[in-house]
Amino acid sequence: MTFDIAPATKADLIAEDPRDRGGPAQPMLIVERLKKYFPIHAGLLNRKVAEVKAVDDVSFFVLKGETLGIVGESGCGKSTLARLLMHLVAKDEGSLVLDGDPVGERRGVSLNALRRALQMVFQDSYSSLNPRLPIQESIAYGPRVQGDSAKQAKQKARDLLEQVGLRPNLYGQRYPHELSGGQKQRVNIARALALDPRLLILDEAVSALDKSVEAQVLNLLQDLKERFNLTYIFISHDLHVVQYISDRVLVMYLGQVVEIGPVDEFYRNPKHPYTKALLECRLSMDPDERVDAAPLAGDPPNPVNPPAGCRFHPRCPFAEEVCASKAPALGNVLQAGADKHLAACHMVIAGSGHTKAPTAELARA
Amino acid sequence: MNQLQPIDVSKAAPQGEAFVKVENLRVKFVSRDATVQAVNGVSFELDKGEVLCVIGESGSGKSVMMRSLLRLHAKKRTVIDGVMKVGEHDITKVDERTMQSLRGGTISMIFQEPMTALDPLYTIGDQIAETVRRHEKVSNEAAMKRALELLELVRVPSPERRLKAFPHELSGGLRQRAMIAVALSCKPSLLLADEPTTALDASVQIQVLVLLRRLQKELGMSMIFVTHDLGVAAQIADKVAVMYAGRIVEYGNVHDVLMNPQHPYTRGMLSSTVKGQARDKPLEAIPGSPPDLRALPPGCSFAPRCRFAVPSCLVAMPEPIADGEGHMARCVRVGVENADLRLDDRMLAPA
Repeated sequence: MTFDIAPATKADLIAEDPRDRGGPAQPMLIVERLKKYFPIHAGLLNRKVAEVKAVDDVSFFVLKGETLGIVGESGCGKSTLARLLMHLVAKDEGSLVLDGDPVGERRGVSLNALRRALQMVFQDSYSSLNPRLPIQESIAYGPRVQGDSAKQAKQKARDLLEQVGLRPNLYGQRYPHELSGGQKQRVNIARALALDPRLLILDEAVSALDKSVEAQVLNLLQDLKERFNLTYIFISHDLHVVQYISDRVLVMYLGQVVEIGPVDEFYRNPKHPYTKALLECRLSMDPDERVDAAPLAGDPPNPVNPPAGCRFHPRCPFAEEVCASKAPALGNVLQAGADKHLAACHMVIAGSGHTKAPTAELARA
Repeated sequence: MNQLQPIDVSKAAPQGEAFVKVENLRVKFVSRDATVQAVNGVSFELDKGEVLCVIGESGSGKSVMMRSLLRLHAKKRTVIDGVMKVGEHDITKVDERTMQSLRGGTISMIFQEPMTALDPLYTIGDQIAETVRRHEKVSNEAAMKRALELLELVRVPSPERRLKAFPHELSGGLRQRAMIAVALSCKPSLLLADEPTTALDASVQIQVLVLLRRLQKELGMSMIFVTHDLGVAAQIADKVAVMYAGRIVEYGNVHDVLMNPQHPYTRGMLSSTVKGQARDKPLEAIPGSPPDLRALPPGCSFAPRCRFAVPSCLVAMPEPIADGEGHMARCVRVGVENADLRLDDRMLAPA
């Protein structure tokens, strides 16, 4: 009798992580019905007159060891989403589950523990570092606050500088203004790693860098992911970069998720017209393939007063009556598996009333 | 092979006086501590109605080169050598009065950050009208009317309302359009664009690129467009110049440079740009970072990062070598027999 012994998979490796609580199949982070409305105050009595629906009913999960790419235009709420996950702004509604434990509830994960497990790298590498601290101290700051001795924290900072490719003897005592953009972003990554996080949120972390430096930092990120057993949420508006780094991609439009799916399927067969337009906005390197008309006209509408029905319908080339009256549902993201490709568009929902929608029989078959 | 000879880029252009002519431009910033050699001998020519894209990393001197064309550098600390001619004006020699009428009149510029380039205390309409009134003797009303036409020209939706809007009330894309309107207000013949789309979303970036290309064609302007994104260059350029450490290391038609790059740096830029590469392999990034412009080594500035480098690279900066079509590269290995790099076969075939 022979046994088939499967080689160690990604899931097995994660199971060896001593910090793991929920098991390899438990998603690293589950986000359920997250909402954040920013109030707008005006008038003599400073009453609330309106609200910006920055994040409106967003649900998704991130598996252990995967990279989830989040894309969308500016103002679609992707950065607010990142800040909500980090608890940098308070959420209005919704719940987070970190590795099986609810966040901020009794018998769940405390905020302190959440901030150790989740770390963030911001877009602007300069303004996110303290200009009056040498970078080594910036990195050591987090561990110091969380209880390490000065000596331990310093050693840790020096190790991390080494890991991100900056020689600690040469760079440790420098101030942020003495470094280039790419080097500063490396410091930010090192600082994010200083608390041994399990999930790193990269909010446009490479967008402000030169292309050649961007490639270096992307390689570093891939490398660190394996070395430190990390999970990434990668927020970007560059769809080329998202394709390269992500396992799954989530598209946001005006505070809502409009499409989510595995990366290859997503790029081969985008379902939502918004996603298709975003993909067409990628620039080709071939001067013969010039774009004559912009695939997406105008800016996203005002999130204070989003359009009724499908929020994309005023800009959508396929919009019909049903799109203006009824909002298409994305489906239950949390119950669908990670391999499912979902889109909130009447054209993919069977029997929605859109002329391009598949008929109910066809969908069942 | 013997057709290969070092030639000057400026001579690679067809005969006849070009509209913009820059010859051996050198810009140094001098301070008590150090001298920064930002631009080290740049030469190019640009005809009327042509678009030149200057590609390079931050610190390659591309913006400094462009600002020199408008003489925007502080006089006390800047040493500018060489020839810069726009039309009949010699930029290095004209007096300050003429220069002021050139700025915004004949030559105008679009900056990267519309938020910092526009005045937050004045409405968009005021700022466009101000430029019009500075250069042309027109009444306030006529200038405002012109501003409205310009906003229509750059396709700003509901322009009457936007005329009275302040910069902070507009989105990034609209702000950039407003700045293009300011730049175009006096029908310049040379438009300088310093990374005008870098701070924008991909969807808005392409809108602005399409708009700029259309306006450039319609108004017959020459344009120098600085960017670090090769995809942007592919969209808008006629000619491309790749800059590294203050020198043009490759120059040619957009098609030649992007589809048949010769200089190892251009190749490195192309391979490190993320564009559908295999996901399981690391990107081919260029190792290291650009040299310190305070202490440039004597040889090829790219040699320390170049994987094709040979000892002779470190001796002197290679002379420009060009083929018959004006595609130029400054690399010792270009055109050498059995080397990895060669200009295209047109020039290698016997005459």
